[in-house]
Amino acid sequence: MAADLNIFVTEETVESDADGPLSGTTVAVKDNISTEGLRTTCGSAMLDDYVPPYDATVVERLKDAGATIVGKANMDEFGMGSTTETSAFGATRNPVDPERVPGGSSGGSAAAVAAGEADLALGTDTGGSVRNPAAFCGVVGIKPTYGLVSRYGLVAYANSLEQIGPFGSTVEEAATLLDVISGPDANDATTRDASEARSASDGRTGTARETGTSSDYASAADGDVDGLTVGVPTELVDGADDRVVEVFEDALSELEAQGVETTEVSLESVGHAVQAYYVIAMSEASSNLARFDGVRYGKSGGYEGNWNESFARAREEGFGSEVKRRILLGTYALSAGYHDKYYKKAQDARAWVAQDFDAAFESVDVLASPTMPVLPPKLGESLDDPLQLYLTDANTVPVNLANLPAISVPAGEADGLPVGLQLIGPKFGEEQIIRTASAVEQ
Amino acid sequence: MSDTSVDAEEVRHVATLARVDLDDAEVEEFAAQFADILTYFDALDEVPEVDDEAELVNVMRPDEVRESLSQEEALSNAAEAEDGFFKGPKVS
Repeated sequence: MAADLNIFVTEETVESDADGPLSGTTVAVKDNISTEGLRTTCGSAMLDDYVPPYDATVVERLKDAGATIVGKANMDEFGMGSTTETSAFGATRNPVDPERVPGGSSGGSAAAVAAGEADLALGTDTGGSVRNPAAFCGVVGIKPTYGLVSRYGLVAYANSLEQIGPFGSTVEEAATLLDVISGPDANDATTRDASEARSASDGRTGTARETGTSSDYASAADGDVDGLTVGVPTELVDGADDRVVEVFEDALSELEAQGVETTEVSLESVGHAVQAYYVIAMSEASSNLARFDGVRYGKSGGYEGNWNESFARAREEGFGSEVKRRILLGTYALSAGYHDKYYKKAQDARAWVAQDFDAAFESVDVLASPTMPVLPPKLGESLDDPLQLYLTDANTVPVNLANLPAISVPAGEADGLPVGLQLIGPKFGEEQIIRTASAVEQ
Repeated sequence: MSDTSVDAEEVRHVATLARVDLDDAEVEEFAAQFADILTYFDALDEVPEVDDEAELVNVMRPDEVRESLSQEEALSNAAEAEDGFFKGPKVS
């Protein structure tokens, strides 16, 4: 089945001798997370023979926890895409309906769990790339607070936005994997000290739990939401497909039956989030991908001539269209004369989005929206118009701009296709969104 | 009102800056798409100036010798290496 759905770029089993919470558990790892001795391609021809000489911190933690790695999951090239169709190794298909995309960019990871090829999976979320495929494949995906999970060993695309996040069939399973991978790392200075996280976590009950080895996100999946206030940002529901909205509203009614109070909130800034997200992500991509020069790693092309020319020709061959598009647009946005118009304004929008969320969390515990405004499209349906594709990320990108945690949990089906519900929490409020998501499951 | 216009020449110029060669078909395709995408980005003009009071602190570790990749490991993915060095095309 895996071959038909094109879930793995590299299917290879790495066993662990350690005895831990993931002993006997299989995990698929997205192919932009470094695995020592195991090819890591980022879905790109540029890196099709790259073999990392070290493990990412999250992979070390998987091995220490006793997990068995079953393969490197297919993905949009360098994480750039929302459908897992831009991989140099071909598109992944959605296990729910193989005519449709699994979502992206962590489509292989989500499909691995949905198809039963792995118990759990790791993906990365820069603008929704864990939550989007979780929603389209009908599994659970968590985008952690920025700084909760180490990015050491992740092949960077947009450093200020991306986080590694877990997939599972259930909220509790995904939370168990989050327990394993989260916590400070001396190799990633953006990871946060447990005490900083503690003061911000779980505002509703006032209980304090540490991140890292002492975290216990799994036990937060207790479904106890009585008395919780859930805010629904009208801006994140208005543009969605009617079929999606219907499933979303039914799920909210279920939560209300369990004692949740729902209230409408407004996030005026999110109307500019997609523009800000893409300007920032593309700008960071143009810088990050400059390292692929075919000298230290990457395709060299073997061209003669001066460095710049041989570099540019190797990159023409090694990168796919979406990657080139974003490198060029990012270079443009940062170039003289346009920096203030695009990049600086995008940073203003980012701060505005963060302030809007902060204000909303003064009156509600969590925010809820459809994860994706649409049902999973058919393969090939959305590739021709990049701008339309960027717009499908409207509900997920604001979370990355504000560095917040969010989870996508299956809320039901429309026309036989999965619909995901997104729950967003305040910084380091993972327990609250996990608890609420577990109530949606019931 | 948008003042965004991107022609083929501008796409070629940015591609040169970004060190990515493009074929003619790609230049044409990108020129059309960039006009749309940049026009969409123009909506950022409406964003108010926001006081960003980020609480940033420098995070430093002591500058001490630590374990690292061996020279052999560091060179293991290079297309060409010589005498323990990466070998690149000549710099003109």
